[in-house]
Amino acid sequence: MEKVLLKNIDNPNSADINEYRKTGGYSSLTKALALQPKEIVDEVKKAGLRGRGGAGFPVAMKWTFASADPKFPKYLLCNADEGEPGTFKDRPILEKNPHLLIEGMVISGHALSAEYGFIYLRGEYPEAKHILNRAIAQAYESNMLGDNIAGRGIKFHLAVHQGAGAYICGEETALIESLEGDKGQPRIKPPFPVNVGVWSKPTVVNNVETLSNLPYIIEIGGEAYAKIGTPDCPGPKLYCISGHIEKPGVYELPMGTSLRDIIYSHCGGIKGGKNLKAVIPGGISTPVLPPDKIDCPMDFVNMPKHGSMLGSGAVIVMDESVCLVKVCYRALKFFEHESCGKCTPCREGTGWLRSILGRIENGEGKEGDVDLLLSVAGNIMGKTFCPLGDGAASVVQNFIKHFRPEFEEHIRTKACAVKG
Amino acid sequence: MFSETAIKELEEIRAKYPTARGALLPAIYIAQREFGHLSSEAYEAVSVALGVPRATVRGVATFYAMYKHKPMGRHIVQLCTNVSCMILGAEKLADFLKSRYGLEPGGITPDGRFSLVIMECIGACGTAPAMLVNDDFYENLTEQYIAEILEKYT
Ligand SMILES: Cc1cc2nc3c(=O)[nH]c(=O)nc-3n(C[C@H](O)[C@H](O)[C@H](O)COP(=O)(O)O)c2cc1C
Ligand code: SF4
Ligand code: FES
Repeated sequence: MEKVLLKNIDNPNSADINEYRKTGGYSSLTKALALQPKEIVDEVKKAGLRGRGGAGFPVAMKWTFASADPKFPKYLLCNADEGEPGTFKDRPILEKNPHLLIEGMVISGHALSAEYGFIYLRGEYPEAKHILNRAIAQAYESNMLGDNIAGRGIKFHLAVHQGAGAYICGEETALIESLEGDKGQPRIKPPFPVNVGVWSKPTVVNNVETLSNLPYIIEIGGEAYAKIGTPDCPGPKLYCISGHIEKPGVYELPMGTSLRDIIYSHCGGIKGGKNLKAVIPGGISTPVLPPDKIDCPMDFVNMPKHGSMLGSGAVIVMDESVCLVKVCYRALKFFEHESCGKCTPCREGTGWLRSILGRIENGEGKEGDVDLLLSVAGNIMGKTFCPLGDGAASVVQNFIKHFRPEFEEHIRTKACAVKG
Repeated sequence: MFSETAIKELEEIRAKYPTARGALLPAIYIAQREFGHLSSEAYEAVSVALGVPRATVRGVATFYAMYKHKPMGRHIVQLCTNVSCMILGAEKLADFLKSRYGLEPGGITPDGRFSLVIMECIGACGTAPAMLVNDDFYENLTEQYIAEILEKYT
């Protein structure tokens, strides 16, 4: 498959606007500026583009809601918070292909009649911040951003807003709070951001990878784009693979490539030829899978049918040396740390889960602890203000569902059999 | 109070937002850089510059993990120990930082050279284990490599 999102990233100057232009960069923008906003939305609808931030929401639908709201100005926010552990797929776009994102944002801004955009960039990407700021300055100089883009009377301004180390700010309403200069605590929905978003104005939040698909959709047309990947989830997808794998990294493959193919065909299999023990397929919040469940197409529609979720496409591969109690414990430490504290089931529950897992891991587990974990998780699930709490509960439920004997053995023997 | 350059920088940032409050997170970053950590003077400077109450500035700043509320070493070693890094040995590296440099999470070396912060995922999982020293990424870490890297930071 032709590379779309990772095109040219091997060129050491790929982040420079002149290099980007040499291979056709910004020509989709020229094309898009000659279209009416509605025509762009129609192409995106034909393309069947779904958001790449984790939930897979249809992009054209979100955009139509925002466009239908009569309030102005409208805002387009790029979610570059990339905080889901295991995820590093947006980073190559941000660091190596920033103009692809900028071009995608200007096209999207035109489609939405949005005049202002922000890139909400996680604080842990300082290099990306410099690169993006330089790329934005270049885009202003060459009139690809500003009050009269390419002389066509269209206005779009763009700036980077740097986060400060809070995973929850990846959730779109928390992101908006943070952009407004507040603690990143989620807002109640409805109203949805498309109606009442940042500074109470209609706001679209899309992921970096989502927006970076726009130039290609305009270039080849929605219909041609829809032929890539799976019918319900078209397009190229960035998968990032880490852990015990021969060739870790970010891979651009057609949406729906199977987890087995990703691991064994593209990434060279398990490191050192060892046996696979477990895979987290879409970032730490997504349900873990045992080795016999990896024949699943990695897209938003098929993964739930196979007991997990695509999430951010962050595949964490674990070989037989890994103690899964320890992995589960580390995951819950993360959720406890990142819980924003707004609602009780998540704030208290993640701490409880972490503490019970900690004592099991330390050889102090008590009989009945596994059921206690399930009971606490059950009291979080569906009772929290935002999906972070559910994610934490589901991690525990799924580790136990597939690997219960390992948890019980820890409790019984007061030791770890694998010593990972 | 902020220095002249900081005030100029903040004015430029302020112009990008429709409200002064929007510039709060960047302003706190500037204050942290100017004052070393978020002391009461730092809070006061942000409060005056943006017209946001001091208590609000403090409330927001304490929510975020990357703002520093106490004096830190000259260089901040930020080691990721989340799952992809953990299963490739990040904990041993944390032990190494402790035994070799006396660095403990949140601590500072007696010479004031380093502080250690344990990070959640920093987006370098494919080249784990990974860390940031100040703004610089270091990946595929080993004990020996860490020792070489830290030499560079005096
Ligand atoms: C706890 C939590 C963390 C999230 N983190 C991110 C993130 O880091 N990046 C991202 O793009 N979306 C993240 N999301 C999803 C966003 O809320 C939102 O759905 C997404 O940015 C929409 O963009 P898309 O439609 O292009 O996917 C997160 C959601 C939750 C609940
Ligand atoms: S579920 Fe957790 S992160 Fe989400 S609002 Fe409640 S406390 Fe905050
Ligand atoms: S888990 Fe360490 S960088 Fe992602």
